[in-house]
Amino acid sequence: MAKRLDLKDVDIYYGKFHAVAGVTLSVPPRSITAFIGPSGCGKSTVLRTLNRMHEVIPGATVDGQVLLDGEDIYATSVDPVSVRRTIGMVFQRPNPFPTMSIRDNVVAGLKLMGVSDKKKLDELAERSLRGANLWNEVKDRLDKPGGGISGGQQQRLCIARAIAVQPDVLLMDEPCSALDPISTLAIEDLMSELKKEYTIVIVTHNMQQAARVSDQTGFFNLRATGEPGKLVEIDDTEKMFSKPSEKATEDYISGRFG
Amino acid sequence: MTATIDAPATGPTFMQVSGARKVKDRIATVLVYLSFAVAVIPLVWVVYTVLVRGLGATLSATWFTESLSGLLGRDPGGGAYHAILGTLLQGVVCAIISVPIGIMVGIYLVEYGGNSRLAKTTTFMVDILTGVPSIVAALFVYAVWIAIFGLPRSAFAVSLALVLLMVPVVVRTTEELLKIVPTDLREASYALGIPKWRTITKVVIPTALSGILTGVMLALARVMGETAPVLLLVAYAPFINTNIFEGNMASLPLMMYVERNNPTAAGTDRIWGAAVTLILIIALFNVLATVLSKYFAVKTK
Repeated sequence: MAKRLDLKDVDIYYGKFHAVAGVTLSVPPRSITAFIGPSGCGKSTVLRTLNRMHEVIPGATVDGQVLLDGEDIYATSVDPVSVRRTIGMVFQRPNPFPTMSIRDNVVAGLKLMGVSDKKKLDELAERSLRGANLWNEVKDRLDKPGGGISGGQQQRLCIARAIAVQPDVLLMDEPCSALDPISTLAIEDLMSELKKEYTIVIVTHNMQQAARVSDQTGFFNLRATGEPGKLVEIDDTEKMFSKPSEKATEDYISGRFG
Repeated sequence: MTATIDAPATGPTFMQVSGARKVKDRIATVLVYLSFAVAVIPLVWVVYTVLVRGLGATLSATWFTESLSGLLGRDPGGGAYHAILGTLLQGVVCAIISVPIGIMVGIYLVEYGGNSRLAKTTTFMVDILTGVPSIVAALFVYAVWIAIFGLPRSAFAVSLALVLLMVPVVVRTTEELLKIVPTDLREASYALGIPKWRTITKVVIPTALSGILTGVMLALARVMGETAPVLLLVAYAPFINTNIFEGNMASLPLMMYVERNNPTAAGTDRIWGAAVTLILIIALFNVLATVLSKYFAVKTK
C-alpha cells in the first residue's frame, strides 16, 4: 500500500518562469511530511508536481525525477491518469461534486472508472466514510447532495473520496485552512489515523499544525520575488522546531521572519 | 445654566436626508417606472390584440385536431393541425442537428481550445453567425441546397436554415455555462485519476446541464417563429405532410402569410388563430425551459 517518494533535483517552471529550483527530498512510507514556508515560495507547486496535477496548467513543466518506490512518475511511458490514481490529492477548499449525492461523491473515482457493482460500491462507500470519520454523521443521508453538509464535513467527504480509490500516497494542500478549529482537529486526528496505511504529504500555513501532526517538516523559502523558491531544509519535525540547522528556518518558525 | 452646560458642543451625528437627494430620488424613481411602462405596454398590447382576435378561432373544436385539407378559402372550420405539426417537425429536426454540434463546439472552446488560433477563429465565426439575419441564412441554404445540389424545396431545407441560426446560440450558451463551472471540480476529478473526457461528461456537463438546457429551449422557441426560411425554402400545403424531405409542408408563420391573401372572414380567423397558436407554443417552450432548469439544477438540500 504505502510507498516512498523521492524527489531528485526537481525544477519546476510555469512557461519561462522558474518557480521552484533544485528540490531533493525523500518521503518515507507511513509517515506525514509537512511543507511550510511563506506564501509564493512554491510549496503547493511542489506538492502538485507529486501527482502530475501541475501539468493541468498550460505551459507548466518539470525537470528532474520524482520516484515512487523507484519508478519515475514523469517517465514518457507513464500515463498521468494512472499516476493520479496512485497518488491522491485533497485540496484547500472542500470541492465535493455538486451534482452527486454523498454516496456517489465517495465512489465517484471508481464509478467513473467503470466499476458498477452496487454492493461493492456500497461497501466501499461505508469503509471510506468510516475511514474519514464521517460515517456516523452522514449514514442516514447518503442520498442527499454532497454540497448540503458543513464545510468540515465536506472536507472529510473529499478525504473519503480520495481514499476510496485506494491510493498509495495522499497529498493535502492546506486541507484545514478553510475550516474552524474543531473541524481542523477532526481532520488532524484523521491524518494520524491515515498515516498507518498511507504516505501523507501536507502543505500548511499553520506551524502548530505542522508541529502537531507531522513526522518530518520541510521549510521552503525564496530570496526575493521573481526568484525561484527553494527547499531550505528538511528534517525531523522535533528537530526543525527545536534547533533547526539553518538560521532562516529558525527566524521563520520563531516569527522573526522578514 | 445647567441646560447650557449639558447641551452638546457639536450638532447631532446623523444628518437629515438633504433636499437635493430627495429630488434626485424622485426623478430616478419616476424614470425607472416610466421605462418599465414603455417596455411593458406594447407587449401587453400585442398579446391582448392577438388574443382578442385569435382566441375565438383556436377555441373551435377542430382547431388543434384538423387541417385545412379540402376546405375552400371562404369555408369556416378546419384547423391548424398541419401547421402546428410542420412547425414542431421543422423545429425538432433543427434541434436534433444543432444541439450536439453546438454543445460540442462549446466544449471544444472551453475545455480544449484555450488560446489557440482555431479557438479564436471559431469564436469569431460564431459571433458573426449570431448576427446573420434569418433571410440570409435562408438564401444561403437556397443557394447550396437547391441551386447547387439541385434538391427540391422541403421542410428539411428549412431545418437546415434554422440550424444556422440556432447553432451559434447553443455554442454561446454552452460556452458561458461551462466557463462558470469551477476549476476546483475539474481538478478534484483529475486527482481521482479520472480521465479528462470522463471529467467533462460526468462532472462538468452535469454541473452546467440545467443552464444549457434552458438555453437550448429558449433558442428553439426563438427559431420556431422564424419566417424567412419557410417563405423561401418550402411551399405551403393546407394538408398534413409528415415527410420532411419531400413535398410541401405548412408551418404557423407560413400559414399566416398565405392566409393573408384570403380576403374572407375565414382567412382572417385563420391568421389570428395561427398567431395565438404560435405564441402559445413558444410560451410552452419557455415554461418547459423553466421546469427543466429547476429539475436539473444543482441541489444542496
